[in-house]
Amino acid sequence: MPNAQSGFFEWVLFFIKTQGSLFLRGAGVTLLISLTGTIAGFIIGLAVGYVRARPLQKEDGAGRYWLMKVVRAILGAYIEIFRSTPMIVQAMVIFYGISAVFHVTLPYLLAGFIIVSINTGAYLSEIVRGGIQSVDPGQQEAALAIGMTYGQSMLHVVLPQAIRNILPALGNEFVVNIKDTSVLNVIAVTELFYVSKKAAGTYYKYFEVFFITSCVYFVMTFTVTRILRWLEKKMDGPENYVIHGSQTVPDVELIGKGGEKHA
Amino acid sequence: MPETIIEVRHLSKSFGDHEVLRDVDFSVGKGEVVSIIGSSGSGKSTLLRCMNLLEKPTGGEVLYHRRNIRDAGFDLHMYRAHVGMVFQQFNLFNNMTALENCVVGQMKVLKRSRAESEKIALDYLCKVGMDLYVHAKPRQLSGGQKQRVAIARALAMNPEVLLFDEPTSALDPEMVGEVLAVMKDLAASGLTMLVVTHEMGFARDVCDRVVFMDGGVIVESDTPEVIFTQPKHPRTREFLARVLQSEPQPV
Ligand SMILES: Nc1ncnc2c1ncn2[C@@H]1O[C@H](COP(=O)(O)OP(=O)(O)O)[C@@H](O)[C@H]1O
Ligand SMILES: [Mg+2]
Repeated sequence: MPNAQSGFFEWVLFFIKTQGSLFLRGAGVTLLISLTGTIAGFIIGLAVGYVRARPLQKEDGAGRYWLMKVVRAILGAYIEIFRSTPMIVQAMVIFYGISAVFHVTLPYLLAGFIIVSINTGAYLSEIVRGGIQSVDPGQQEAALAIGMTYGQSMLHVVLPQAIRNILPALGNEFVVNIKDTSVLNVIAVTELFYVSKKAAGTYYKYFEVFFITSCVYFVMTFTVTRILRWLEKKMDGPENYVIHGSQTVPDVELIGKGGEKHA
Repeated sequence: MPETIIEVRHLSKSFGDHEVLRDVDFSVGKGEVVSIIGSSGSGKSTLLRCMNLLEKPTGGEVLYHRRNIRDAGFDLHMYRAHVGMVFQQFNLFNNMTALENCVVGQMKVLKRSRAESEKIALDYLCKVGMDLYVHAKPRQLSGGQKQRVAIARALAMNPEVLLFDEPTSALDPEMVGEVLAVMKDLAASGLTMLVVTHEMGFARDVCDRVVFMDGGVIVESDTPEVIFTQPKHPRTREFLARVLQSEPQPV
């Protein structure tokens, strides 16, 4: 163990050596909660965004019409409330609220997952709705005009394009969640920030420990950002297309508009 | 008189206070090629869109084989599959290749198998001269190519009638010909077509009947012969004088 005369890097090395696995486990919990929370939040966002983007039609019958109005008001309130309060406060209210009402203490992983999902869902609902509305209405009209139902037109034509358009925002939300799960330390979720605070407190070496912590956060978010960028490119498909039936002349490729020819 | 496929009766449509269609009556018979001409804003697109309920008419009715398309038991989705539409802005599904564009409706609406759908799609893509581009995405195609794929997509549903809403108006002049050529072939093959167009040559040389609309009403409807050489109504004459400053180009 370094002593009082030891320098910054000696302490950093010491923490990496002795607490390395603890940091890694903390980072694992952070990644796990932010990834599952973002995915669940995306599913919530898709459902809520879909409902809120669907035009209300009086012809569906008065019962259905009013039911949809009520459902929408509730969803609107959900979005407003969760976007207008800090996640750290939501964590306290949800965790201690469930504990008070149901007399159970949620396992910390589950608690973290629920809080991040609900919070992310609120943000992504609006992003999904915007994504749906950003798709040219002509796309849906063409789908309806060949006989698709509203649901089919959304599933096969509108949503794939909407999701592609919001992919950057979705990735951004994931990165934000990697960072913001740190607030879950208030309910003792053993994510990266929580384990760091504990280690730092034990030796009273906050700067050294949180220097390591920030490096770990950076590596996580940086890696995730690159992977998402690569995924976006992949989803757009090749810039070129092979001329159909040209297998006999394998070199023939057309270059798409604005595309660069790759070897 | 051929069997009537679609009959429009006393159709009217308002957007708020704005009355866009007023008491429109007309019908399309089997095998007929009818064009609708008229100046911009006269309600041509709205009429077409009311015919497949992309717009809800505010009055009157549309009958398909004598059945009101807004009846409770009427299968609107199958109707739309049988009454295809080609849009001015093509509206190809941007997330799909040319082939997928022509396959998805067959599979999801007509419940054909993938193999069968692809075979039919390829046939029609071939017919419109786009068989080399089956794997291209819309963003990789020119306007004329997109429109030809859009026509193949509509044809792949084996429609009884095809509605065209200014199919060449968004095209660069040099691409108009390739799309008109496809449409001319379709007309010759006996397909029933209703074509909103500003291509007077097409209306005159290819169509059996020309409908002139102005201000949300049908002003007159007759053979191209009569409309282009001896229109009865002064408004028709004015319109034609305006658009025919040069002789219509034969197609
Ligand atoms: N969705 C709409 N809302 C309000 N007005 C509309 C809408 N669609 C069309 N209109 C109006 O209806 C009139 C006829 O439009 P349209 O049918 O597109 O004419 P055309 O196709 O003959 O150019 C125009 O004055 C247009 O502004
Ligand atoms: Mg129009």
